[in-house]
Amino acid sequence: MRTENQKAWFFVLPVLALVAFNALVPMMTVVNYSVQETFGNNQFFWEGLGWFEQILRSDRFQAALGRQFLFTFLILLIEVPLGIIVALSMPRKGFWVPVCLVLMALPMLIPWNVVGSMWNIFTLPKIGLMGYFLNDVLGINYDMTQQPLSAWITVIVMDVWHWTSLVVLLCYAGLVSIPDAYYQAAKIDGASPWSVFRYIQLPKMKTVLTIAVLLRFMDSFNIYTEPFVLTGGGPGNSTTLLSIDLVKIALGQFDLGPAAAMSLIYFAITLLVSWVFYTLMTKDDAQ
Amino acid sequence: MKKRSLIPILYIAFLMLPIYWLVAMSFKTTNEILSGFSLFPQTFTLENYVTIFTDPTWYWGYINSIIYVTINTVLSVCVALPAAYAFSRYRFLGDKQLFFWLLTNRMAPAAVFALPFFQLYSSIHLFDTYLAVALAHTLFNVPLAVWILEGFMRGIPKELDETAYVDGYSFPRFFVTIFLPNIKAGVGVAAFFCFMFSWVEMLLAKTLTAVEAKPIAAVMTRTASSAGYELGLLAAAGTLTIIPGAIVIWFVRNYIARGFAMGRV
Amino acid sequence: MAQIKLSNLRHSYMPAPKGPEDYALKEIDVTWRDGGAYALLGPSGCGKSTLLNIISGLLTPSEGRILFDDQDVTALPPDQRNIAQVFQFPVIYDTMTVGENLAFPLKNRGVDAATIKRRVDEIAEMLDVTDMLNTRASGLSPDNKQKISMGRGLVRDDVNAVMFDEPLTVIDPHLKWKLRSKLKELHQRVKATMIYVTHDQTEALTFADEVVVMQEGEVVQIGTPVDLFERPQHTFVGHFIGSPGMNVLPCEAKGDRAIFEGHEVLLEGTTNGEGGRTDLGIRPEYISFGETGIPAHVTKVSDVGRHFVVSAMVGNTAVKAVAEHNAPDPGSHVYLNFKAEQSRVYRDGWIATEERAQ
Repeated sequence: MRTENQKAWFFVLPVLALVAFNALVPMMTVVNYSVQETFGNNQFFWEGLGWFEQILRSDRFQAALGRQFLFTFLILLIEVPLGIIVALSMPRKGFWVPVCLVLMALPMLIPWNVVGSMWNIFTLPKIGLMGYFLNDVLGINYDMTQQPLSAWITVIVMDVWHWTSLVVLLCYAGLVSIPDAYYQAAKIDGASPWSVFRYIQLPKMKTVLTIAVLLRFMDSFNIYTEPFVLTGGGPGNSTTLLSIDLVKIALGQFDLGPAAAMSLIYFAITLLVSWVFYTLMTKDDAQ
Repeated sequence: MKKRSLIPILYIAFLMLPIYWLVAMSFKTTNEILSGFSLFPQTFTLENYVTIFTDPTWYWGYINSIIYVTINTVLSVCVALPAAYAFSRYRFLGDKQLFFWLLTNRMAPAAVFALPFFQLYSSIHLFDTYLAVALAHTLFNVPLAVWILEGFMRGIPKELDETAYVDGYSFPRFFVTIFLPNIKAGVGVAAFFCFMFSWVEMLLAKTLTAVEAKPIAAVMTRTASSAGYELGLLAAAGTLTIIPGAIVIWFVRNYIARGFAMGRV
Repeated sequence: MAQIKLSNLRHSYMPAPKGPEDYALKEIDVTWRDGGAYALLGPSGCGKSTLLNIISGLLTPSEGRILFDDQDVTALPPDQRNIAQVFQFPVIYDTMTVGENLAFPLKNRGVDAATIKRRVDEIAEMLDVTDMLNTRASGLSPDNKQKISMGRGLVRDDVNAVMFDEPLTVIDPHLKWKLRSKLKELHQRVKATMIYVTHDQTEALTFADEVVVMQEGEVVQIGTPVDLFERPQHTFVGHFIGSPGMNVLPCEAKGDRAIFEGHEVLLEGTTNGEGGRTDLGIRPEYISFGETGIPAHVTKVSDVGRHFVVSAMVGNTAVKAVAEHNAPDPGSHVYLNFKAEQSRVYRDGWIATEERAQ
């Protein structure tokens, strides 16, 4: 298939240069900060792995990490099954397909801070549609700025709104690639709808589902702008996810050393979990 | 109508509600918004839009955003094309490792890079320019573009290349006149995703700009905090940010699903 | 096992078909004997797959009825018709083992475990896949996959018919004949009615006792392989079956003779009907070379292995003939003799000579 050719490196060179410039230089900066202490005036002192130890032991980091994992876990728990269900019930051809796809993709094309603002406006008590409906029609006491639970629910619903379509589109792409003959054979074999899902649709969606879970994990684990604009991490620290905390430390307090150490730990966790996911989900194929 | 189509209908309704609310809000007067709940604008006003289209801080925000997004899209696709070709056609030392390393950049939290990017682009005097944001966004867009294009290129049989060389085409001429037209759809999908991720990303765009290249998002946050409760204006600005995305997605509607499924992880 | 009867069947994919051209399948009326082997033969888009899907119940016909042993099944869904179908591309359940694949149709029908095991073992033995029963089906080669999908159909002992929709499309050429003979063998063993759809004449003629030739949604001839070859009812059949196909030469019809390029040709019998376009149909196998006859100019001779195919011009019309040996040289002038009992006139495509009394 592919031929051995070392000259191919020349083709890759522009990409390599560009990404290396953007990834390696900042990464070195981060590594540099993470092992030093500064008191301003551009004076730096060797700190070793002190910052890493301090971050890993700090309650604040552990709490943020815990919230981050809870958030990502809930996101995957809701978005993946919901995405599969919506994809399964989509029409497979006809006029409505492109309309559905375009409408579904729309939330993903809205700038992330606008998503935050939009949900802010949507959920304001008295003014927002959802805030008004919950408080004044259903009589549920809902106020995102006061109650951590309301804030959590809002952040989760917002992310479901924002990103479930990614899972839908991926699964849908997997589904339409199944030839009709499979469904016809299943009909003739007398398979139940559940069997059709279990033995035909799910196996054929596996590749795209792997991509969906990985992308959703990475993006929800790294989420910053939307919850920051929506809740600012509050009330209190209840919705302060890892990124929000990191930016607070780095740009708010300008504690460069701890922020850098935290960045590296953060990145390492993302890579590690992605790798574990990937290995687990593709284990079957290797056999 | 089949019972099954109820699920997509409900789902789309759920997606449209907040958008509807944003749009409805943008046509309301500040008075109406603050005076209480109304499902439809009672006194329909275009005032918020007039403000945006007449105030240079506002409309330059849009122009700035569109400029750096365009630069980023063109840049990302252009450098990704040869690389994707190499990955799809050749084996070379370290190809797998390189591909994986490219993808890991997609996993890096933007928050990690905010500060070092600020310092990097300040030190090379690109801070507050379109190029700074466009370059910064290539961090996650170039790997994505390579990934998508590689998927499309793998679908083109190698015989096409060989036939062209036999016919005496030089590589650049073959690439532009024969190969590119064959992966038009792939280029479209890749450009769409670059556009999308550059358009929606705000943390880096905000960090790397101050006045000259300030993106619309930054203008919005400033307005939200300085002018107090101008919800109508904010909603109108938000509504306008949806439009470019909606236009672009309409053009690639037949390829979206395929674009999403492309490539390998 | 059942006799299959298609009665006045018509199908259109349009909601309100107007003329005959809107029908993917035009007026079909056939009865297929229980336990027979039949083939539906025709080029792509001739409606044979539509017909197959109507029989299996994946499509409901616009008009007409389907009867299995005089029971009307027109409205029944596929799983209640007790039919099996093998598709163009092998359909297997990737995540299951070969054994689980074979057991799947029985499991879905709530058959007890002991019976399932017995049937699966029986079928696996028949298909020579016993040693693969515990391997994952996804890793098999295309021909084995196709065998498994066949096996899923045969595993039920109540199947009325097994249908094959171009099942050899993705099989390597050297394995095709193997699978084909396996099919023939299976037919003899299980005695189920088998319907085989293909565009390949070799597959159809070797498999079937009776072949249904279709063109543009219409059945043009039903007959044994010999019938189709010896007495095509339509120029399409003559041209489609045989290699090279029948010569179709514009002519004038006059009683029991045809005038072709100014030469008189004696026919199998008298022509009937009037008007329309008339053609003389004769297979290359029945044209011989002689000292006298219709003068022709040889343009090309190709060696196809068993014999030579000679292309020649009679006036302005190209004629193909078959020479066993001693083929004339290209450029030479020869005389052609048309065998009278194999020369027929076709009017607008359909046969228009009386069959010679035996």
